[in-house]
Amino acid sequence: MALTSLTRAPRTDAPARHPKRRFSLWHLVLAPIALLFFIPFAQMLLASLSPRSDLVKFPPPFFPSRITLDGFVGLLTDTDILRWLANSTIVAVISIVSHVVLCSLAGYGFARLQFRGRTAGFFLILATIMIPTQLLMIPTYIMFSKLGIVNTLAAAFVPWLASAFGIFLMRQFFLSIPIEIEEAAAIDGANRLEIFLRVVLPLARPAMTTLAIFTLLSSWNDLVWPLIAINDENAFTVQLGIANFQGTRRTQWDLLMAGNVIATAPLVLFFLFAQKQFVQTMTMSGLKG
Amino acid sequence: MTTVTEKKPTHAGAPRASRPSAPETRAGARRRRGLSTLTGWAFVAPAMVIILGLSIFPAAWAFLLSLQKWNGFAPPKFVGGANYTRLMSDEEFWAAVSHTGLYVVLFVPASVLLGLFLAVALNRDIPLIGLYRTAIFVPFVASAAATGILSTYLFSPQYGLANNVLRSIGLPAQGWLEDPSQAMLVIAIMSLWGQAAFTTVIYLAALQDIPNELLEAARIDGANRWQTFWRVVWPELGPVTVFVTIWQVIGALQLFDLVYTTTRGGPLDATKTIVYYLWEKAFKALDFGTGSAAAYILFAVTLLITVGMVLYARRRNMEAF
Repeated sequence: MALTSLTRAPRTDAPARHPKRRFSLWHLVLAPIALLFFIPFAQMLLASLSPRSDLVKFPPPFFPSRITLDGFVGLLTDTDILRWLANSTIVAVISIVSHVVLCSLAGYGFARLQFRGRTAGFFLILATIMIPTQLLMIPTYIMFSKLGIVNTLAAAFVPWLASAFGIFLMRQFFLSIPIEIEEAAAIDGANRLEIFLRVVLPLARPAMTTLAIFTLLSSWNDLVWPLIAINDENAFTVQLGIANFQGTRRTQWDLLMAGNVIATAPLVLFFLFAQKQFVQTMTMSGLKG
Repeated sequence: MTTVTEKKPTHAGAPRASRPSAPETRAGARRRRGLSTLTGWAFVAPAMVIILGLSIFPAAWAFLLSLQKWNGFAPPKFVGGANYTRLMSDEEFWAAVSHTGLYVVLFVPASVLLGLFLAVALNRDIPLIGLYRTAIFVPFVASAAATGILSTYLFSPQYGLANNVLRSIGLPAQGWLEDPSQAMLVIAIMSLWGQAAFTTVIYLAALQDIPNELLEAARIDGANRWQTFWRVVWPELGPVTVFVTIWQVIGALQLFDLVYTTTRGGPLDATKTIVYYLWEKAFKALDFGTGSAAAYILFAVTLLITVGMVLYARRRNMEAF
C-alpha cells in the first residue's frame, strides 16, 4: 500500500501542473484511422437504407438520395431471414448455456477435485486445442449424417457445446479462488456439489461472462459447420442464409446490405453495451494457443 | 457425494502428501478414493466426452480416411499413401499452397504491426479515446459472412466505394476482387479490418503490464520517447510478438470463410487457398480421401511452423509460452 502510494504520487500531481491539457498530436493519427474503420459499417448501413436505383448508378452517390426501408422489406419478403435469425438465436442460446455449464463443471473438477486420471485427462483436453477445424470437417460431417443431425439445427450447435478453451479458462479461474473459502463451507457440512453451486460459482461470474461472450461470438458468426452440414433452408443460420443469398443476388445491394445489417446488428449492439467484457474476452481468447 | 476431508492441495497437479491423522482401514480409504474418483469424473466427463468425441475421435478418423479412397457411398478402398503422393504432384494443390502463402505474407506482418501501432496509439488518456477504441474494435464482431458480402460491395469495380474514391482523385479504377492479382490483397485488407482489434487488444494488455519504473528509469536516463520505445518497450513486448505472430500465422493458414463469401476461390482460382481446395475436394467432388490428406498436410505444416517459431524465439531468449 505504502509503496504504491509512494510510486504513484508524482504521476497524480503531474497533470495538475498542466490543468489545461495540450492538444495531443495523436488525434491526427487516431481520428483518420478510426474513421477508416468506421466507413465500411457506415457504407453498409447507408446502402441498406438506399433505394436500389442509387446503388447501381454510375458513379455511385456517397449518400442516398432518400432514405427507404425497401431493402429490409424486400429481404423479409424474398427470404426467411426471420426464421434464420430465430435459428441463430436458438443455436447461440443452447451453445452458451451448455458451454458455460459443462466447462464450469469440468474446469472445477480439474482445478479442485482429486481423482484418478485427472492430470492425464486434463492434458488430453489441452492437446485437442492443437487440432485444427479443417481436419475435423470431413469426419464430423460423416458422423453428423450417421447420427441423423445433418440439416438440423443440432449440426450448428453441437460443435459449440463445450470447448477445451472453456475448460482451461474456467480451471485457471477456479485455481485463483482462495481454497479457504471452500474449506470453510466444507466444515459447515456442505458437500462438493453444494460448495460448487453455492460458494464457487457465484464468485466465477466474470469468467463465466467471458466464456459466454466467447461462445456467443463463435456460434453466432460460425459459417463452416452450418455450410457443411445444413442444406435445408429451414435450418439455415443467419450467417449461412446471407452467404447463400449473396450467391443468388450478386448485385441487389440493398437486400444484401439489409441482410448484413440484420446479421451484424445484434452483436454490434451487444458490443457497445458490454465493450469491457468483450475486450476482456478478446484478450483471453488469445490464450487458446 | 463425498464428504470433503481432503488436505489443501498446495498446487494443482502436484502430488498430494495425504496423511490422515486418524488411522483408517485400508478398505475404507479405498472406498473413499473410489468415491472421490467417481465425483471427479462426474464433474469432468460430460464436457470431456463431447470434446474428445468432436476432436480426437474425428482427427484419428480423418487419418484413416486419408489412406482411403471413398466418396461416402461406395465401400471405401484402402489405398495407403496414394492420396498423399497424388497431392504432391497435383498442380492445383501447389497453387493453393502458394495462394495461402501469399495471404500469410500479406496479412500476418501487417496485422502484427498494425496491432502494435494501434495499441501504442490507443494506450493514452486523451479525450475521445473511448470513441477511437470503439471504432477500431467493433469490426471484430462482424462475421466472415457479413465481412465478405461487405467486401464485394466496397470493392465492386462499378459501384464500390474504393473505385469511387480512386476516380474522384483522378486515379484509374481497379478490378479488385475481379482481378486475379489484386483479389488476395483485398481479402487481406478486409481481414485486417475485422481482426486488427485482436492484435491491438493483446498488445494493449502487454503495454499496460510493463512496469512503470522501467519507463521512469529510461526517462531519468535521458532517453527520448522514440528511444524508450525501441530500447525498453519493444524488447519487453518480445514474447507477445512471438505469440501473436504464431497465432496469426496459424489462423492465416486456415483462411476459408472470407474466400467463400467473396470470390469463391476465383478469379481464375487466384484465391483458392488450401482449406478452400480441401473443402471443394471433400464436399463438391466427394473425394473424402484426398480432402483428408490435404487436411493432414496442412496440420503438419502448421505444427512445423509453430515449433520452428517457438524454437527460434527460445534461441533469441524470448519465452512466449
